[in-house]
Amino acid sequence: MNHDSEKSLQARPEQLIYASILEKGMLLGLLLVLVTYAIYVLGLIKPYVPTDEITKCWEMNVHDYLDHCHIHAGWAWVSLLGYGDFLNFAGIVLLAGVTLICFISIVPVLWRQNDKLYAVLALGEVIILGVAASGILGAGGH
Amino acid sequence: MTRLGRLALIGCLSLLWVCLMCQPLLAETASSAQQASADFPWWMWPLLLLVVTFVMGVAAVLGGVGGGVLFVPIISGFFPFHLDFVRGAGLLVALAGALAAGPGLLKMNLASLRLAIPVALIASSFSIVGAMIGLALPTKIVQIALGGTILGICILMLIAKKSELPDVPQADALSQALRIHGVYQEATTGQVIDWKIHRTWQGLVLFIAIGVMAGMFGLGAGWANVPVLNLLMGAPLKISVATSKFLLSITDTSAAWIYLNNGCVIPLIVIPSLVGIMLGSFVGVRLLRVARPTVVRWIVIGMLGFAGLKALHKGLFG
Repeated sequence: MNHDSEKSLQARPEQLIYASILEKGMLLGLLLVLVTYAIYVLGLIKPYVPTDEITKCWEMNVHDYLDHCHIHAGWAWVSLLGYGDFLNFAGIVLLAGVTLICFISIVPVLWRQNDKLYAVLALGEVIILGVAASGILGAGGH
Repeated sequence: MTRLGRLALIGCLSLLWVCLMCQPLLAETASSAQQASADFPWWMWPLLLLVVTFVMGVAAVLGGVGGGVLFVPIISGFFPFHLDFVRGAGLLVALAGALAAGPGLLKMNLASLRLAIPVALIASSFSIVGAMIGLALPTKIVQIALGGTILGICILMLIAKKSELPDVPQADALSQALRIHGVYQEATTGQVIDWKIHRTWQGLVLFIAIGVMAGMFGLGAGWANVPVLNLLMGAPLKISVATSKFLLSITDTSAAWIYLNNGCVIPLIVIPSLVGIMLGSFVGVRLLRVARPTVVRWIVIGMLGFAGLKALHKGLFG
């Protein structure tokens, strides 16, 4: 194996940075999901939608469910984090948000390496994920 | 009518016939699930989900498919949850699996960030579009389309070939401009393999459809990613599988946010499913040494086929 191929067998710096952040975020997210779920099902914190009620709600479509349980779509769950069921969203959102953090982190690395095309592509991904996460894209509902 | 047209017509009629013949059985499972929802105490559901998704996780690894593709049709078919919540949960289940596998694959340089970024840009944009379409369409239409897609996946699993090291005589202009190439060492032989890709724009176009389907049905899209990366674009099989798994963490993230922001996430459904699939995957990996993958693969295809028919039946007959 020559020196060049040995060198290129290693992952590139931006890939290692991405992997490292992804790993930490994923582990923290999973831990948070498990802890908050235990708090929820053990009834340590009162849920916003009672657990007996939720079994009736999950047969409805999402529009009727939100209407029936007086839940607002979008980021309104933040104001309900004090309830056992919505506390779970902390871990779920971390799992859904870690990829965005990874992309934000590699944009300057790519730019510094003079890999401007990929820096722009990574920035594009940041914008796409940011728009999706922002909640500005509503759905038509049923 | 051409031979292909006749075959398609016969296929559709056979499918309709199977649906009609199986209607009492399928209807019985649907009504019994709804009856059970009222009869069972709430804590039975997460427990049941944990067990079912654990088995699903084992089967997914042994059958060589992602957990998400089994989760949505099976859970929507046999549990009383509305499809909106099952799709939201399905995306998060597929996302968690991809997040767990991603760091290792990237560090080992099997998943290629350079290959994934342009593809992800397209797939994640269109998975948002798919999620919005899926949430705007009537549930019956989505059920029918889901059933058709799942049956299509079964056919793809039956006919699709794999190529360990596809022959790519010349990298195309687009992949050269994007500098998509790499080197990896085959662990079994120690051979160092230089890889490059071709037919890049054709592959990127196909990722539009893959993104839409992933977002619309809440399915992980590994079943489509791998054939496109491997057979069409010419990436080695190991690079294709690893990059596909990592790619899911990006594609599913964007669609998952749409479902999350639209209220389609119920923690009582999502978290036991996520834990069950992940535990099942760990066990599945260990069983892989002793199990007979061909047999399991046929079982998975059978499970998917039945779940696809069930989704089709639910959409057609309500």
